[in-house]
Amino acid sequence: MSVPSTSLQTSPSGIARLRARLAAPPEAAKRVQFRRPLLPWLLLAPQLAVVATFFYWPSAQAVISSFYIEDPFGFGATFVGLDNYADAVGSSEYIRIAGFTVMFTVIVTVLSLAIGMLLAVKADKVIRGRPAYRTALIAVYAIAPPVAGLIGMMLFDQHIGSIVRFAALFGWNMQVGLSYWDTAFAMIVVAVWLQIPYNFIFVLSGLQAIPSAVREAALIDCRNGLRRFRTVILPLLAPTAFFLMIINITYALFDTFALIDVMVKDKPANNPITLVYKVYLDGFRGNDIGGSSAQSVILMAVVLVLTLFQFRYIERRVHYG
Amino acid sequence: MNRMKPFDHLILILGTLFMVSPIAIAVMTSTHTAADIHANGLSLLPGGHGFETYETVLTRQGGFTGQVTGTRMMMNSVILGLGFAVGKIVFSMLAAYALVYFRFRFATVMFWVIFTTLLLPLEVRIMPSYQVMSGLGLLNTYTGLIVPLLASATGTFYFRQFFKSVPDELLEAARIDGAGPVRFFIDVLIPLSRTMIAAIFIIMFVYGWNQYLWPMLMTTDERFFTLMRGIKQILQVWIGSQIPDYNEAFALAVLALLPPVVMVVVFQSWFIKGLTESDK
Repeated sequence: MSVPSTSLQTSPSGIARLRARLAAPPEAAKRVQFRRPLLPWLLLAPQLAVVATFFYWPSAQAVISSFYIEDPFGFGATFVGLDNYADAVGSSEYIRIAGFTVMFTVIVTVLSLAIGMLLAVKADKVIRGRPAYRTALIAVYAIAPPVAGLIGMMLFDQHIGSIVRFAALFGWNMQVGLSYWDTAFAMIVVAVWLQIPYNFIFVLSGLQAIPSAVREAALIDCRNGLRRFRTVILPLLAPTAFFLMIINITYALFDTFALIDVMVKDKPANNPITLVYKVYLDGFRGNDIGGSSAQSVILMAVVLVLTLFQFRYIERRVHYG
Repeated sequence: MNRMKPFDHLILILGTLFMVSPIAIAVMTSTHTAADIHANGLSLLPGGHGFETYETVLTRQGGFTGQVTGTRMMMNSVILGLGFAVGKIVFSMLAAYALVYFRFRFATVMFWVIFTTLLLPLEVRIMPSYQVMSGLGLLNTYTGLIVPLLASATGTFYFRQFFKSVPDELLEAARIDGAGPVRFFIDVLIPLSRTMIAAIFIIMFVYGWNQYLWPMLMTTDERFFTLMRGIKQILQVWIGSQIPDYNEAFALAVLALLPPVVMVVVFQSWFIKGLTESDK
């Protein structure tokens, strides 16, 4: 709603302003407002009730449980301070899974952004066929992670998988589900595949929000297409790309849960899993409520830091960009 | 620039093939028999056994209790998608209206109380959420399936952004005409938000339909299984069987992906508008 399509100078300050508007946080509230003592609270009540019951209560519970060791048979809990945290972070298994999570997140974030951006830039360039490409790519957006996991598992299946057969042509004996790195490879391919459309949609609409006057001016100033992209288009896309990076990181950390659950089929013994999956395993399979809660709290802290970083960064761009 | 076009199309075609071929393979392979798939692998051509497979998946009484069919799971997915989308729109429109159009004490605090929920996804608090639900006796109910998912502020955020873009003059004019807050909301704001409501409905329906983790935790009773839960189920049955029912798994996957895909593709302009204009 905030990007004007006309009336923008093509001077550097115009570009800076456009960039600022692309990344700007919402403006202040309305000039004119109603004043009623009770009505706003009535309007807020349903949302607040749900948020309190199903967000704040469990979140607080997670923080509290993380300081206790709960008896598995339900006979009370013992306060253990930071022991759960120390146990979680200190175990070599946790470190190994954290390492994999970081690697998985970085690869999925970078690849889905890069491929999505490449396809969007190309789709923005061509005129004929753009709606067809867009439709095809958007279709994949609507697919649920567990369905993607199921289809991915079939493509990587030992007996019937097309990708396994293809890899065999190059002498790669792919064993998804048995070999740690082959499973990791399959998980990354499916996770990237599923996230490309989101990146594509946002970069494409970001590109199309750039006024044609800016493009035409750039075309006159600089004949080299790649350089023009790097010096004019890419800086204008920077806020979108940054936003997508954060979204991709949260996707790789959390939304891939279903995909992993389907692909490792409850047998994570020798298969790569992420930290969120470990929270689930320890809590529901291992009945280690304290340990699982401590890991939850660690993950909450990671997300909070990420989000605050995002707010700070965007704000700085607006003021000094 | 014109010289580059064939190369651009080549990249786009390769990219599109990479993206779309898994869906095509799933649809086509689901029409072959399990033995055929076992012998010949996945297929990009139709097989001619589609009707039987889909009929079996939709009507056979499966699961441990024999109480769940594909149709039942599909119905549960529709209930979850619809309930979630409608609930989200109602709750978040009301809340966003209060936050944008009213001056009251603690408005800023309420803003943060609601928007903090955007920071922490459900996945990091699954264990305590489950305990809260079981404490409230909401396991294996539609309420327990739908209502807790409403506790995120995405919809409120969308509507807040939209309401802010509505010109102030409309409210001024309405007030001069003597309209109160309820009047203004019903006669001006709702008609004005129609496209936005449609866009959010699509986004939220897809989101609700595609839920996996929450239904998996909430429903142990098979009568409440959604299609996503069914996918986990069909894979668990596989362990130890001679020739897995590849065809049925693919048919279930196709049933699970078709409604959201069709919805998003048909309403793509609304969908993109809703997604990109308010998510920044």
